[in-house]
Amino acid sequence: MAALVELRGVVKHFPVARSLGEIVRGKRPAVRALDGVSFDVGSGDAVAIVGESGCGKTTLGRLMLKLAEPTGGSIAFDGVALGGLSGDGLRDFRRQAQLVFQNPFDALNPRFTIYRAVAEPLVNARIDKAEHKDRIEKAFRRVHLADFDRYFDKYPHQLSGGQLQRVVLARALVLAPRFLVADEPVSMLDVSVRAGILTLMREIREAMGLTAVYISHDLALVRYLCDRTLVMYLGRIVEDGPTEAIVRRPRHPYTRALVAAVPVPDADQSRIALPIKGNIPDSSEPPSGCHFRDRCPLAFARCAEEAPALREAAGGHRVACHLELA
Amino acid sequence: MILEVDKLQIDYQAKDGVTRAVDGASFVVPEGRIVGLVGESGCGKTTAVRAIMGVLAENGRRAGGRIVFKGQEVDAATTKRLLWRDIAYVPQSAMSSLDPVYTVGAQIVEVLTKRGNANRRDARKRAAELFDLVGLNERRLADYPHQFSGGMRQRAAIAMALALSPSLLLADEPVTALDVIVQRQILDMLRDLQERLHLSMVLVTHDISVVAYLCDEVVVMYAGQVIESGPVREVLARPRHPYTMGLRNAFPDLMTDAMELVPIGGSPPDLRDAPPGCRFAPRCPFVLETCTTGADGHSLANGHMSACRRDGEADLLRKEALDPVTWQRSSSFAAS
Amino acid sequence: MAGVAETATPTVLQRIASMPLRDPFAFVGLSIYVIFALIALLADVLAPMPPLEILFTSTGKLAANLPPSLDYPFGTTNLGRDIYAQLIHGTRSALAVGLSAAIVVSSVGTVVGLVAGYFGGRIDSLLMRIADMALSLPFLPFVIVLTGFLGASTSNIVLAVALLLWPNSARVIRSQVLTVRERTYVEAARVTGASSWRILFVHVAPNILPLSFVYAAIAIGWAIITEASVSFLGFGDSESVSWGYMLQDAFSSQALSRGQYAWFVPPGICIILIVVAGFFISRGYEEVFMPRLRGR
Repeated sequence: MAALVELRGVVKHFPVARSLGEIVRGKRPAVRALDGVSFDVGSGDAVAIVGESGCGKTTLGRLMLKLAEPTGGSIAFDGVALGGLSGDGLRDFRRQAQLVFQNPFDALNPRFTIYRAVAEPLVNARIDKAEHKDRIEKAFRRVHLADFDRYFDKYPHQLSGGQLQRVVLARALVLAPRFLVADEPVSMLDVSVRAGILTLMREIREAMGLTAVYISHDLALVRYLCDRTLVMYLGRIVEDGPTEAIVRRPRHPYTRALVAAVPVPDADQSRIALPIKGNIPDSSEPPSGCHFRDRCPLAFARCAEEAPALREAAGGHRVACHLELA
Repeated sequence: MILEVDKLQIDYQAKDGVTRAVDGASFVVPEGRIVGLVGESGCGKTTAVRAIMGVLAENGRRAGGRIVFKGQEVDAATTKRLLWRDIAYVPQSAMSSLDPVYTVGAQIVEVLTKRGNANRRDARKRAAELFDLVGLNERRLADYPHQFSGGMRQRAAIAMALALSPSLLLADEPVTALDVIVQRQILDMLRDLQERLHLSMVLVTHDISVVAYLCDEVVVMYAGQVIESGPVREVLARPRHPYTMGLRNAFPDLMTDAMELVPIGGSPPDLRDAPPGCRFAPRCPFVLETCTTGADGHSLANGHMSACRRDGEADLLRKEALDPVTWQRSSSFAAS
Repeated sequence: MAGVAETATPTVLQRIASMPLRDPFAFVGLSIYVIFALIALLADVLAPMPPLEILFTSTGKLAANLPPSLDYPFGTTNLGRDIYAQLIHGTRSALAVGLSAAIVVSSVGTVVGLVAGYFGGRIDSLLMRIADMALSLPFLPFVIVLTGFLGASTSNIVLAVALLLWPNSARVIRSQVLTVRERTYVEAARVTGASSWRILFVHVAPNILPLSFVYAAIAIGWAIITEASVSFLGFGDSESVSWGYMLQDAFSSQALSRGQYAWFVPPGICIILIVVAGFFISRGYEEVFMPRLRGR
């Protein structure tokens, strides 16, 4: 299937405050949030971006929605480069691409009623006011808030976390978008209501034929939602492949550590030692060559000299490692 | 038993009335064991731990029940004397226990000299030992908290809690804000410390997987009450309370093949207006009329306690709970 | 008041309106304002005598330096003017100066703070450097020089006060905008296609509006003090009677040494009352606004 979103060599640097010495020496240190990221999201696909905090996954999501501009590289949506969009073109893009937030308690303006919050995208897209009520009711039915009259006049603080996240989802769906990015959509919710939101998201994606990108640190959640997973480490993709294969047979040494570290709700699990050492380095000074090499149990000389490219491996994976990993 | 909590009741006074955040919770911490106190936000787990330390918020007070530490009943005043030396605390956000304007080393030395009456030289030596114990390089004692990563801060907070060799460690969501790999490293370290120092530990968490990985015993709380408790292996393999059964099915598991998630309908009750009878009844698919009236159930077998009134049918209910359709029966299924 | 906090979510205006009920200090402040406002409105009824009219006794002598009496509750000045009438009419000019300065200061400060905080970058730097310059001006000398150049009218005093006071509110509002800007719902508004101006005025501004009120209330006090100081120093508008003018008049005619307390004590008390009332009200709004935004 054709790609809906295409990223080519995307780089994003954030300048950091300089010390006096750095100013004198003319240095411009920067956090390299993204360091050359390329991939496609096929139309109708559900892709997960997985990694630890600081790996660049949230920045990537923001760039894909043109909430920030890349320092280098290009992003295209439906064949059109996001960089040049403005005016009507941008408005059209905003109608098609939506975001679901991590923190539903902060995602709705506290001074807006629920109805007004969900109507906001329609107002901005300049949709005839006569159509608003119909569309909003439809969106509420989609997120299983069928008794929508109960919610319309309420304010965000009067709703529970699960209800709020449904409202946020309804707002994202009210314009019938084609593309949805969800950044840790359940991590702020109570454990007992998470499953409801997750099943809902899967159901909606299938029913509406949405293309979706889920950003999460949680492989178990990603496994439930996505067919394909990208694993990121310090601004680069280290592994890309079918989610099931990544969970069952991770190839990159970092992915192996990530999978091994996920706790499972089973007291009889085997407690294998983590195949990783140390902590994530400062992202303004990543190691030369492969960013993972100083924590990698398998690193050798070449890893310090040359950054490994993502290349095809068995089982439909792409892996960024110099070793031939089985 | 190093710690016994018996029918503990904690009230919070708010402008619009009293909220009973913990309502008759009982559990024990056996010597040298790690007990997981698990539940959702607002279930009273953090309040219970703060009550054990005698540091409730200003509007909170103990309305009833007993806390017994090493055979001695304690109240808020006596527990304050036990803090650091006998009972130590690791907060969720290590940033909140570390002062940003002093080096981490200075803060540990402060605890050792002020609370432990050590002289400064011994205190510095002990601080280096503590850092070594939690896997931090002693050179980092001279660093400020903001120079530490999240995982390192948590290690430092644990080092500080261990400064005066307490016998009971209370840890409130010690790994929640951390990434999985760091989380795993901290959990492994806690287990290692528990064995080497023969600590007893209470681990407060919302994450059943963390309990499964680290704990020996588990206490499940819901809406201010303990609804199930017992050995982790037993409780997770054969949960007897429908809430615990629901939690087991409600979240994706990385390694099992079952890919159907089964949500629990509704949300936890507002404690200002708790439902009569069993507090899980409005969300429970197995609810009977008797569940909404009268006293709680309380059945104990082989150290495994359940507050479910239908505990006699637990094996049957567990089988039914595996079927997603079961959970659509509860009255609150539609709106969660 | 728990019912108000819990059940209905009050709008900004409702919160602003209900604040005096919750804070006794703000209630006192507001009451003082209401009383002065009534006095200003009804000045012609309360004191039918024009404040600058020179009065004569029944015997045809100049009614100068009369002690307080039923006819002249605070006595008369050395030129035979009714002090009571001056005090009543002075309320008008005080409120006119205070309120117009408050409106100008808070609207300029709010718009500058919103624009600088939201857009950031060069616009922000430019506006904030201008604000720094305005803040570095010495207060009273600047007002005196400006009124000297442009003429000693009430509107020029308001202009001078506004030029000096907007940076305070602009800076605080800017920093508040920087916080609100990072809230998730602002990003959500961007994702749903809201324009920058819409985000600024529909999503951000309502959340900082109470802060504008705080600064407006503070500006009222400052403007009245400034006008009084300028008038007291003799650089004021000689056409209109204000409390500062009365103090200056009393001072220059040696009312103090003559022990004519009824001439200079009442205007002094009025200045103190209205300034303190302004601070009480601003304090009340600060308490409504500062302890986190309502909600979760």
